[in-house]
Amino acid sequence: MPQDDNFAHRPWLDPDKDPFIKIRSVSKRFGDFTAVDNVDLDIYKGELFCLLGGSGCGKSTLLRMLAGFETPSSGELFIDGEKINDIPAYARPVNMMFQSYALFPHMTVEKNIAYGLQRDGVAKAEIKDRVSDMIKLVQLNDLAKRKPNQLSGGQCQRVALARALIKQPKVLLLDEPLAALDKRLREQTQYELMNLQDQLGITFVVVTHDQEEAMTLSTRIAVMDKGKFVQTGTPTEIYETPDSRFVANFIGSANIFQGHVVESDRDRVVVRSVRDDNLLFYIDHGSDLQVNAKVWVAIRPEKVRISTTPHAEARSNQLAGIVHDIGYLGRLSNYKIKLDNGKMIDVTHPNQTRPKSGEHLADWDEKVYLSWEPSSAVVLTQ
Amino acid sequence: MAIDIGRKLQDRWKSLLVAVPFFWLLLFFLIPFVIVFKISLAESLIASPPFSSLLTWGEEGELKIRLLIENYAYLFDDDLYVRAYLNSVKVAFISTVICLLIGYPMAYGIARANPTRRKILLILIILPFWTSFLLRVYSWMGILADQGTLNNFLIWLGLIDEPIRMLYTQFAVYLGIVYSYLPFMILPLYANIEKLDWSLLEAAADLGAKPISTFFTVTVPMTIPGIIAGSLLVFIPATGEYVIPDLLGGGNSLMIGKVLYNEFNSNHDWPVASAVAIALLILLVLPMMLYQRYQSKQLQA
Ligand SMILES: Nc1ncnc2c1ncn2[C@@H]1O[C@H](COP(=O)(O)OP(=O)(O)O)[C@@H](O)[C@H]1O
Ligand SMILES: [Mg+2]
Repeated sequence: MPQDDNFAHRPWLDPDKDPFIKIRSVSKRFGDFTAVDNVDLDIYKGELFCLLGGSGCGKSTLLRMLAGFETPSSGELFIDGEKINDIPAYARPVNMMFQSYALFPHMTVEKNIAYGLQRDGVAKAEIKDRVSDMIKLVQLNDLAKRKPNQLSGGQCQRVALARALIKQPKVLLLDEPLAALDKRLREQTQYELMNLQDQLGITFVVVTHDQEEAMTLSTRIAVMDKGKFVQTGTPTEIYETPDSRFVANFIGSANIFQGHVVESDRDRVVVRSVRDDNLLFYIDHGSDLQVNAKVWVAIRPEKVRISTTPHAEARSNQLAGIVHDIGYLGRLSNYKIKLDNGKMIDVTHPNQTRPKSGEHLADWDEKVYLSWEPSSAVVLTQ
Repeated sequence: MAIDIGRKLQDRWKSLLVAVPFFWLLLFFLIPFVIVFKISLAESLIASPPFSSLLTWGEEGELKIRLLIENYAYLFDDDLYVRAYLNSVKVAFISTVICLLIGYPMAYGIARANPTRRKILLILIILPFWTSFLLRVYSWMGILADQGTLNNFLIWLGLIDEPIRMLYTQFAVYLGIVYSYLPFMILPLYANIEKLDWSLLEAAADLGAKPISTFFTVTVPMTIPGIIAGSLLVFIPATGEYVIPDLLGGGNSLMIGKVLYNEFNSNHDWPVASAVAIALLILLVLPMMLYQRYQSKQLQA
């Protein structure tokens, strides 16, 4: 049945499915400071879940509570139906890949990877087999006898990953797994991580501050700010229907207009700008907003069309301004448009044809008209 | 060109910087060593100075060199010396182990304490140095004597009826050495443990190591330099220790430092005393060289 098939890739939609990781009203306070503030979260088996947020928002603290390095000040944590609050770190069915990798400097690559199995008293022959399999899996073949200080950053990252994966944990926790790598290696490693996760079927919880990384990797993202979740959803949901200005700005960029609701229907909202009484925004997603409610309209730069001729259609989203700045990036150009009321709007335009002799779609100080579909913008209440 | 001259000047500065400690060692270590070594090869005389000269002029004006290895042979002749050496090494070794067993947890505790408490604890470790070492050993005599503080206290508590003999026993020597040298064990250990990356311990726990297992598989291997440095700082001076066995051990403790003192002061046999000193030095330099070897091997790895 197609319905079931959908659930296989989106278990969080399946009402019959029990979450694999349950976080219930968990807080963590350091003295007076609340690092994690009463959060609830469900993560399902096989997900690659990202905790995304700026530095200091409490994502590592939450991850460390799952690993057992921090005790929650209040709340409960469950993994696979078992409450883990009182289980010490060494007995939890999770493994962690540390941001600093935390490889044992006095042990070779091989010994680092074998460490977890040795602690569990696995037979020597089995350890040997599993370590060599793991070394092949993460492509460290020639480096087994090296010490960590003889490895590059990317190689250390693989050892850390191998060491955490070899015990086949129920959940793998990764704290900024790619942050220490350079850009090219990071992109390549993202895909390797995804493949590995797919291959092994282990639930991954990844902490990152990099929104692109989160978008690429995850099945779902929880956006964190000041110890709280501000929005949880798939990358598409988070990007296309952010539910706050914070998320709209944090994930990608957005042009945001403040206004009041003047018409509110099941399938249409009209908002009047506070800056300009003549400026109306038409949004075709319905809402239960009251007329006169204070709202914000957010529109992504790439969803705005730019043209040198006015758009004739009535009751459509239309703005006029002059080109203030052009940033040519090759595959696309960023335009900064100064509206008649002084507000600056970002517009991204793909360069689908090669511009003739260095000419742009519009030139500096040229009068341009901006427009977008009613379905492209979102109304935010916070 | 300019760079070349600059580099030359820099090189000159460098050699000067190296020369200063080199000169210091020459003046205050190598020259005294040569003098002592010279005396150890001479013959004991009742004169001033109380030893023969190595160089004498013969009757026909020829230069005669007389080197006696007798003094060294004598060290093996009388088993007093060998026993004193062995006993010193034994006492120093056991004291070092005790210092390590007491000092490691203390250093660990200090390194894990919060920064304000850590400062206070470190000051407490260093505090005894503000009182003379000799005075502190004397006060132990007052504490350990038959009519001393400790015995009086135990009798007052009713735990014992008769004073326990503590002063002038081997126990008092161990107590004195451990008490005096413990800071030298704690400080290098602290410096090492404090630098330890705690995330390594978390990683070990994460991979299933119980605290004890983490300690022996990660913490100890990572702090071997501190263990070795602390142990040498205790073992070497403890081997040659004179004051503590003399004051707290009385006649019951046979340690090489005391033997040396007796040769020098009571017997006025400077050459034998010098031979004892040279032998002791060799005995102590050996572990140092082993440590050096270990360190350079660590660096290569
Ligand atoms: N052990 C601790 N003691 C006091 N404050 C802490 C401790 N660990 C983290 N914090 C604070 O909690 C906040 C969240 O930290 P963290 O979870 O590491 O943030 P991030 O989202 O960058 O990973 C930070 O402000 C940090 O200073
Ligand atoms: Mg962090």
